[in-house]
Amino acid sequence: MKPSPPPRSLGTPLLLLGLLALVVASFVSLDLQWAAFFAPDALGSAREFLAGFAPPETTPAFLTKTLGALWETLAMSLVGTLLAVIGGLLLALPASGRFGGVARGFTRVLLNVLRSIPELVWAALLLVAAGLGPFAGTLALGVHTAGVLGRLFADALENVAPQPEAALRDNGAAPLAAFLYATLPQALPQMLSYTLYRWENNIRAAAVLGVVGAGGLGQMLKYHLSLFQMQSAATVVIAMLLLVACVDAASFALRRALTR
Amino acid sequence: MALARHPDPAWRGRVTATVVCLLLLWPMLVASEFKPWLLLDAQSLAAAGGFLSDFLRPAHDAEFLAMIARDTWQTVAIASAGLTLALLGAIPATFVITEQLSLSRLGTGRMRVSSRIVRQLLRWVLVFLRSVPELVWALLFVRIVGLGPTAGVLAIALAYSGMLAKVYAEILESSDAHALDSLLANGSPRLAALMYGGLPESSAELVSYTVYRWECAIRGSAVMGFVGAGGLGQRMDESTKMMAGGEVATMLMMFVLLVALADIVSKLLRRRLG
Repeated sequence: MKPSPPPRSLGTPLLLLGLLALVVASFVSLDLQWAAFFAPDALGSAREFLAGFAPPETTPAFLTKTLGALWETLAMSLVGTLLAVIGGLLLALPASGRFGGVARGFTRVLLNVLRSIPELVWAALLLVAAGLGPFAGTLALGVHTAGVLGRLFADALENVAPQPEAALRDNGAAPLAAFLYATLPQALPQMLSYTLYRWENNIRAAAVLGVVGAGGLGQMLKYHLSLFQMQSAATVVIAMLLLVACVDAASFALRRALTR
Repeated sequence: MALARHPDPAWRGRVTATVVCLLLLWPMLVASEFKPWLLLDAQSLAAAGGFLSDFLRPAHDAEFLAMIARDTWQTVAIASAGLTLALLGAIPATFVITEQLSLSRLGTGRMRVSSRIVRQLLRWVLVFLRSVPELVWALLFVRIVGLGPTAGVLAIALAYSGMLAKVYAEILESSDAHALDSLLANGSPRLAALMYGGLPESSAELVSYTVYRWECAIRGSAVMGFVGAGGLGQRMDESTKMMAGGEVATMLMMFVLLVALADIVSKLLRRRLG
């Protein structure tokens, strides 16, 4: 007897049809300028545009300026991460349930909001208060990362064994001392590795944050591109790529050294 | 009995470390123009105060909401169209760079020099495509094709084809090669070997990574609007520059909702397909 064929589920074809509809609807509704791409002179003008980038600007004065922006980007990422550690730790205390369930729920919602708004949007908003320049970018990195780190820190603190702190408290230690000497040291290694990971992310983010006017390499890139100084822009893009490559290599080496 | 004081036995080291860190931090604070008191001067307080008080009254007239809905759809559409184009680039690239599909590797375990060179060259192109941040691609394309969604679609297509091809190849190379090897060794063409030997093994992982990237693309396309590449971000940029706090508040809510929704849909899809 022939075995009956396996039951076919209707769900998967429907899902695929839905995805196809989404893609078709996207292309139809976007009114993309395909004409500009398939025009006979499009290839020529694209080549001309690309040729404008070569050779990258290499006058010593400009290189010094780029190095300055590179340094500014690094400084933004470091100070931003530091702010985030302070803010994240302050928010993680209520978010780990130390001040009751209501405070925990409320802080967790706040952390979620801080986290789900990207750095770049924070930067655009903070420009209103802090003005153009790296300070707005630093604050933006700090605010977004505080949301990320706050949640990770809170989880780390919640997962720590509570007995050492309880023992200190039972023997009359002050609450702060008990926290600092019993709970924090247990969570510290994990918190440090989260912080390093976020710093790595923040260097990458700081490099592009400037395109809304918040300092660093991004601001320089935006400036030179808007003046159509392509050769200067090429130098800035190369500096960005170098920065990202160095960060990647350093983090790879560090990880290997730590896990060996 | 009075409580005896127990000073921290390690205080000297701790204080020294703190002072050294602060000294090292100083040039960083200067370079990032860290001047918190600027936030408290009258002018910026007034600007921020006006902006923030507008936040409490989110704009919600029908016309504005309809516009926001259109922009939100545009953001999703840019992400979907960009990812589709990225797949058009990533799938052929995966086909070329996957080492398990190499014929000269069969038996000897060593690839021909020429095929090794081709693979390495294409890999470098892909590294370049994904190393340039998507926002920078968007900025460049805005210069070429002008303001609007076309720049966003192209930026996502380029940056994501680099990422997708790399990860696809890694997934294929880390799966069990036995079926693929026997097919190739028995003379199957490479495409058929990939379809029948490689894909069944790792299709779930490939699909779930693609869906995850779609979610990232939605977040990315919303942000790319800030450099003029269309969608919700572009509108938010305009409203922020006009200091229309109410409009920005509505858009921020929409943005958070969109990201949360993409997260949920992507989790559901991955569970269903993965």
